[in-house]
Amino acid sequence: MSSNYSIIEIERLYYRYDREYVLEDINFFQPEGSFLALVGPNGSGKSTLLKLILGLLRPQSGEISIFGEKISQFKNWEWIGFVSQKANSFNTGFPATVQEVVASGLTKKLGLFKRMGKKDWQRVKETIDAVGLGEFYHRNIGELSGGQQQRVFIARALVSKPKLLILDEPTVGVDAKNIRDFYSMLDDLNRNHGITLLLVTHDMEGVSDKVTHVACLNKKMIFHGKMEEFNKLKADESSHLYGYSLPILSHKHHLEGAEK
Amino acid sequence: MIEGILQYEFLRNSFITGMIIGVIAPLLGVFIVVRRLSLIADALSHVTLAGIAANLLLSKQFAFFAGISPLYMGTVFSVAGALFIEKLRSVYKHFQELAIPIILSGGVGLGVIFISLADGFNTDLFGYLFGSVSAVGRTDLYLIILISIVVIMVVFALYKELFILSFDEEHARASGLHVKSIHFVFIVLVALVIAASMRIVGILLVSSLMTLPVAASIRIAKGFKQTIILSIIFGEVSVLGGLTFSYYLDLAPGGTIVMIAVLILILTMAVKKFSFQKAG
Ligand SMILES: Nc1ncnc2c1ncn2[C@@H]1O[C@H](COP(=O)(O)OP(=O)(O)OP(=O)(O)O)[C@@H](O)[C@H]1O
Ligand SMILES: [Mg+2]
Repeated sequence: MSSNYSIIEIERLYYRYDREYVLEDINFFQPEGSFLALVGPNGSGKSTLLKLILGLLRPQSGEISIFGEKISQFKNWEWIGFVSQKANSFNTGFPATVQEVVASGLTKKLGLFKRMGKKDWQRVKETIDAVGLGEFYHRNIGELSGGQQQRVFIARALVSKPKLLILDEPTVGVDAKNIRDFYSMLDDLNRNHGITLLLVTHDMEGVSDKVTHVACLNKKMIFHGKMEEFNKLKADESSHLYGYSLPILSHKHHLEGAEK
Repeated sequence: MIEGILQYEFLRNSFITGMIIGVIAPLLGVFIVVRRLSLIADALSHVTLAGIAANLLLSKQFAFFAGISPLYMGTVFSVAGALFIEKLRSVYKHFQELAIPIILSGGVGLGVIFISLADGFNTDLFGYLFGSVSAVGRTDLYLIILISIVVIMVVFALYKELFILSFDEEHARASGLHVKSIHFVFIVLVALVIAASMRIVGILLVSSLMTLPVAASIRIAKGFKQTIILSIIFGEVSVLGGLTFSYYLDLAPGGTIVMIAVLILILTMAVKKFSFQKAG
């Protein structure tokens, strides 16, 4: 299903906020059409890596390309939908309806000075219905539950029909049933709509039958490859997915990178 | 009062100005309030005071400055203050609110020095502090109209960008928007509105006209657009009501305008409480 074309390519990336590097020598790529789970313990740099991919942070060294272009040259940000880990830590008193928040996902697509047209509002409505919030169209977002708010942000990311959807722990605060529905929705987006997915999660169990690729991060890229390889490795090694102390894995990863 | 408006140009000017600032002050006020920048308006109004005091001082020395309205110099100071706040906010990244007391005290300090150099207070200055119904000259009015056209056009053109920036700055950045420039434009608009509103409501109360109507509307409105519309209605009622009272009772308009805005705020709180009790 996934092609050979890499939507995201990262080479020898280093990043630090202050003195200490939080990401070291990261090599990473994500094929078009793939569904990749990015896992790693708290503080391992997952959100930081996403922010670098989104151009919210600049690396101290290394190269990032998205859709085949250097990130500094890349302009089509509307191709990328993003749901931040902090999405529902917004100011809940903010007076905006579900409709208005989701519509804001079209800002870049519409372009400067352009206003929402009839079709755009139609698209907003479809997207809100698709995430199951049809009855809350005109509700202020602060008056929804945490899980519902999360779905609003997912709708905001989807409304511009992105080619790549990046989700940072989107299921925090969502109940078990809705998590399952949510994963099915991601699966559908990936398989039937051809959207490439990059999902940061601590719930490897829940997504293991859906994802095609896995990347394990802990400051360095510990493992990066197809789901089958990951399963094989898991069987080989008694260690589990956070595999801190598996230098062999990172070595293997480099070999893979070279093959490509 | 209608005859008064028809008869006296100054009254006419004041009412036109009132109607204009009743729209633009709450319009920008909504963005200011939701972004928790209310104090910036205060800081900028004090910088505007420094500009006006500077003009009063200069007009004593140079005939040229006596010929132009202090409002122009106030506007220049206000915009310069806005730019300086931005600079400070980028220097003190982790203490962005520090920019506000720095600018505020700087503005007051400078203003006080200019005032004392210009031989102290005069009635003119009193009008700038608390507002005046008789203060808007024709050239003032032209400037205010120009400012309001610019403000309304820019907010209309950049509405969705301003919204996304207010609601979720990180999302705005991740969408590839040039957040810095948009914020910059916004803060300059705020400076312009403060300069335009000052003549009627006075420097000390400008920020209330930007925030009180919003505080009232945010409690009862559904959504952002509705918040804006209600804020403008409340602002307009406050300004026109306040001007009318101040004309008949010979009060400083700034005070009456703000007190009406406070009254509206209390009413919306009561209405909300009442409707909750009915529902529950
Ligand atoms: N704004 C920041 N300034 C300084 N250090 C930061 C900042 N954000 C994150 N860090 C540090 O960078 C490291 C990686 O953080 P990051 O948020 O990327 O981790 P994460 O893998 O997303 O963790 P989690 O699973 O808890 O979300 C952590 O050690 C964190 O303390
Ligand atoms: Mg994180």
